[in-house]
Amino acid sequence: MSDGLNRSSRETAAPILKVDALSLSFGGLRALSGVSFDVQDGSITALIGPNGAGKTSMFNAISGFYRPSQGHIVFDGQDISRERPPARAKRGLARTFQNIALFRGMTVLDNIKLGRHAHLKTNVFDALFYRGRAQREEMELRAEVEERIIDFLEIQHIRHAPVGALPYGLQKRVELARALAMRPRILMLDEPVAGMNREETEDMARFILDVKEEWGITILMVEHDMGMVMDISDHVVVLNFGQVIAQGRPSDVQNDPAVISAYLGSGDLAQRIRKTEAA
Amino acid sequence: MRIGTLKLSYAADEALFDTRVQWIWLGLLTLALALFPFVAGPYWIYMACLVAINVASATGLNILTGYTGLVSLGQAAFMGVGAYTVAVLETRVGTPFVINLLLAGGLTAAVGVVFGIPSLRVKGLYLAIATIAASMILHFLFAHWELTGGTRGLSMPPANLFGIALDQPQKLYWLIIPVTALMVLGAANLFRTRVGRAFIAIRDRDISAEVLGIPLLQTKLTSFALSSFYAGVAGGMWAYFFRVVTPESFPLINSIFYLAAIIVGGMGTILGGILGATFMTLVPEFLKLVVGWLTPWVPDALSLLAPIRTIVFGALIVGFLIFEPQGLAEIWQRIRRFFHLWPFRT
Repeated sequence: MSDGLNRSSRETAAPILKVDALSLSFGGLRALSGVSFDVQDGSITALIGPNGAGKTSMFNAISGFYRPSQGHIVFDGQDISRERPPARAKRGLARTFQNIALFRGMTVLDNIKLGRHAHLKTNVFDALFYRGRAQREEMELRAEVEERIIDFLEIQHIRHAPVGALPYGLQKRVELARALAMRPRILMLDEPVAGMNREETEDMARFILDVKEEWGITILMVEHDMGMVMDISDHVVVLNFGQVIAQGRPSDVQNDPAVISAYLGSGDLAQRIRKTEAA
Repeated sequence: MRIGTLKLSYAADEALFDTRVQWIWLGLLTLALALFPFVAGPYWIYMACLVAINVASATGLNILTGYTGLVSLGQAAFMGVGAYTVAVLETRVGTPFVINLLLAGGLTAAVGVVFGIPSLRVKGLYLAIATIAASMILHFLFAHWELTGGTRGLSMPPANLFGIALDQPQKLYWLIIPVTALMVLGAANLFRTRVGRAFIAIRDRDISAEVLGIPLLQTKLTSFALSSFYAGVAGGMWAYFFRVVTPESFPLINSIFYLAAIIVGGMGTILGGILGATFMTLVPEFLKLVVGWLTPWVPDALSLLAPIRTIVFGALIVGFLIFEPQGLAEIWQRIRRFFHLWPFRT
């Protein structure tokens, strides 16, 4: 495929996530065919493409909901293609969902705490008596969640609020908080700014950049907001009809004729970016 | 009114009872429970024991259905497993009651895990049917197995504490109430930790639970095990209370009773299990009272008791589902809020 297209010099370092000739079919429908791309450690990689291009399918395959019919997903040198989602979570693969998948019956604090689940050791017996390990772990967790995550994402005021009652933008932020609580090595964001206004989008972009720079977490995101994608990504992968049609630095991808014709049909990508930025 | 609560540590913020007023109420409740057998008549002590047993079982079902979102209609049959375990141990082995109760809980938990396996594939109504099937199988076993005494069931000696036979409700009260209190406290603690949070996560959104590293089958089975453990211990206490265990002791209608109790009380709250089980246990007694008053005017009122009871139960479930889906626990919270804000907002 277009594996060799526009590769930057980052190629020399071993990628943290490697998708290798991945194919995925639902019955007769091929959602992905032979998709290959790398996510370099410490980068922001964006996955873009028109609706139905297979971006969310790709995410679901990486997080383990779909089993690929061919190809491999290699995380940190290990093939994880056959692992269940919880095992992948333990390795440090975190994600958020396009249409927010928070636990609506719980408070913001409990939602975030759930992110740490796989790293805690309290068992049923500790839990029933709430002594020793259970109590110690809970207090350490609370301190960490408060001081590192809630503080960082500026959601102190809603910590005890039930998630279901929060506005959309804040729910997105809580979902990011929950993913960060997993102490991930790679964070997958499925449309982190969809449906947000300008200000909320800029806040979220700032958080994403901070996560990358301060926490050293690699980011892989699907996003339709081209302005944001081009502003903050290091590497862009363009999917169309389940295939990679281009990948490289944002500036290269913007001017790629295949992207311009396939992604927008008749439009001009650069023009569209100027338009969103002007808006 | 309450102006606010100031907390200086995370531990204080996460405590089960976080204000002094709550501690005072808790102290008063403990005192009332301790004094109760000295002031109440035998009938009320009998009722108190029955309420406590039902609270223990309903709390167990609440862990599974209210918190984990897995509907079960097997709770009564699981209680049966516990009751038979205690009866068999008491008649054949003669181990002390503490060990019997724990073994009853343990064995029932194991049985619960086996019947919980379908929960990975089936949810909601279908799981409810699968648990009905489980209770049918268990009833068949109770009625046909030699060890359980067939249809005649088992009679057993009373529990024995340091040579004192706990053969009256007045004496068993001191066993049943503390055990139930411990069980309820355990359940409350559970939901302050990762174990309980994982249950709620599965109820609310199982897909994101998996992405967070919560293994679905293992967690669901843990929930089944815990819930059945509660049912087993409650069944064990039931066996010590009635001292005759037959296959008819734990019919399917009792499972519906427990489900009704947590719906009326409030699913997914500890308080809901307590209030619901208490309320539902006392409703038939209240009906008996009413029917008793009616006897002078309606000669065969007593024969109407059973159908009236069923109708009232049904009406209560439907009524709560429509008008108060969060149950009695929510009503209680509303009353609390009212007094916190009173007199500034009424």
